[in-house]
Amino acid sequence: MTSREVILSVSSLSKNYELGSAFSRGKDVVHAVEDINLEILEGETLGIVGESGCGKSTLGRMIVRLEEPTTGEIIFEGDDLSKLSTKELRERRKRFQMIFQDPYASLNPRRQIGKIVEEPLRIHGMGKDEREKIAKDLLRRVGLDLDAYEKYPHEFSGGQRQRVVIARALALNPRLVVADEPVSALDVSIQAQVLNLFKDLQKEFNLTYVFIAHDLGVVRHVSDRIAVMYLGKLVELAPADALYDSPAHPYTKALLSANPRMGEGDTRERIILKGDIPNPINRPDGCVFNPRCPKVQEKCKTESPALLQVGNRQVACHFPEN
Amino acid sequence: MGLKDSSEAIFSESPGKIALRILAKDKRSIISLSILGVIIFLSFMAPVFSHYVANTNPFESSLNATIIIHGAEKPVLEASTTGLGLGVTPIGPTWNIRSYFLGADGQGRDVMARLLYGGRSTLIIGTTAGLLCIFFSLLIGIIAGYRRGWIDAVLSRILDIIWAFPVYLLAISLSVVLLTSGLSIGFIHLGPGSFALPIVIIGVVYIPYVARPIRAQVLALREREFVRAAVGTGAKHSTIIFREILPNVMPSVIVFIPIIVSLSMLTESALSFLSIGVQPPAASWGTIINDGLALLYTRPIVGLAPGLMIVFTAAALNLYGDAVRDALDPKTRARGD
Repeated sequence: MTSREVILSVSSLSKNYELGSAFSRGKDVVHAVEDINLEILEGETLGIVGESGCGKSTLGRMIVRLEEPTTGEIIFEGDDLSKLSTKELRERRKRFQMIFQDPYASLNPRRQIGKIVEEPLRIHGMGKDEREKIAKDLLRRVGLDLDAYEKYPHEFSGGQRQRVVIARALALNPRLVVADEPVSALDVSIQAQVLNLFKDLQKEFNLTYVFIAHDLGVVRHVSDRIAVMYLGKLVELAPADALYDSPAHPYTKALLSANPRMGEGDTRERIILKGDIPNPINRPDGCVFNPRCPKVQEKCKTESPALLQVGNRQVACHFPEN
Repeated sequence: MGLKDSSEAIFSESPGKIALRILAKDKRSIISLSILGVIIFLSFMAPVFSHYVANTNPFESSLNATIIIHGAEKPVLEASTTGLGLGVTPIGPTWNIRSYFLGADGQGRDVMARLLYGGRSTLIIGTTAGLLCIFFSLLIGIIAGYRRGWIDAVLSRILDIIWAFPVYLLAISLSVVLLTSGLSIGFIHLGPGSFALPIVIIGVVYIPYVARPIRAQVLALREREFVRAAVGTGAKHSTIIFREILPNVMPSVIVFIPIIVSLSMLTESALSFLSIGVQPPAASWGTIINDGLALLYTRPIVGLAPGLMIVFTAAALNLYGDAVRDALDPKTRARGD
């Protein structure tokens, strides 16, 4: 895996939201994403997990530049996306696409499916006949009937709509697709179908995925590597199997123990975290996880741990497991 | 319903077509459109009526005119027989379509002819003012909601200023001020007597009532995922506005049209009633009610007829507005199917 080319690298990426009106600006700052460093390799699937509000969606939206980073660089195929002009960025958007969580809100209810899938091609100046050919081909590949082309979104179920969303994302033949909880809104029975579609399309189009989810089972199924986020910070980044078999960060361990396992009698120790996620406005000093960490020590309360390489993984903890 | 639904599903319908199909079946829309159709047709036939039927000029006094009833010639303005016997009483309704169907007004003019001409003025001014209001509201609402920031702040405060005044008070004040001087905007000059003046005044006073909800809707729409997806594919602002946002704002705009047209009509009538809207000798339902005011005890029909016309037209427009709203609202549609 290490020999693969880096398609996207993110360095010291942060996003702050300032709260309050124009008169009280700068008083409260929400650190939605703080100082993230990541490399995404060509052809891999990087899973990002974490509780709601941990900043994983914000990170995903920043990667595809739907959100302006406060600080940091996003290097995609050699260019810093945050330094491109509006026009250059519009052109570059062909290369990376985003899939959203809610398939009901992702499609313009007043346009036909075919037109929705064709729209990105139209924006980038492709002729009508060619567009139609590509759109029909894509609809077939994502497993929809050809008559879907002339239908409207309200005639489809959630799973079918998400297939349309996927077809639209692939229309411009991107290299990187950021999927923000693409199956969370779907029925469990449909989730597996859509996940398999993601996998099939990855092989077919040689795609790189950033797959954001809160469902650990889903992420394990699709990911090569998994990044765990807590309160805007990356706490652990490891190959999927290694992460599940031997989590190094206490938060990862707690997160995994909350995931129920089927069959074989669940004998694992169940770690129940105390308290709520701290308010992202008043973040704890030292390690952000220290108020809830079962292994907390004095050092954790004063010193913030850096994300360090430990074996085949990166972990941000003063006292990692193993 | 199950069988019928599946047979309909074969043909894919756009949300707009579905709304039209529902509207076509809606009794309220059929009734209100029929009423409106008759009123509009008659009003626009006013010249035909006055030339070939009533045979009098509705814009000139005919104080000495006479008509023949049951073979006897009678003056249109009869000397008053009640009280002190001062002044004149115009002739009442003859119910004869050929002359003075609804009687005469204080100046001996055919009320029916004036009613039809008046309807024409009221409908033209109400519709034009309503559409003008909707157009500018859409423009302001979309710019403010889409651009946000200081542009939104400035536009919203301007709307707030207009909104702070009661509609009628603002319309009356503007009319009183502009009536004598007319209004000059750049090289466009609206003369004191023209219809354009009440149209602009009425159009402006209702803008906040339409622009604000549109702005709110655009603010919500621009955060929707399909708009973000369009941004993510590299769409320009114009593409996003015209292809993603505007089509989704249109249903509410369409619902606003009959409501705002009816409100504009009522405002026009009110202004004309106060002699600061349509100027004599032109007629509008409002001016005729004003004419009828002096004749309220002797010839109530002069004031009553235009009043009833306003009621019917406004009620029909509102009924139609309700039907349109229900047809466009997916929630009521789900219940209806």
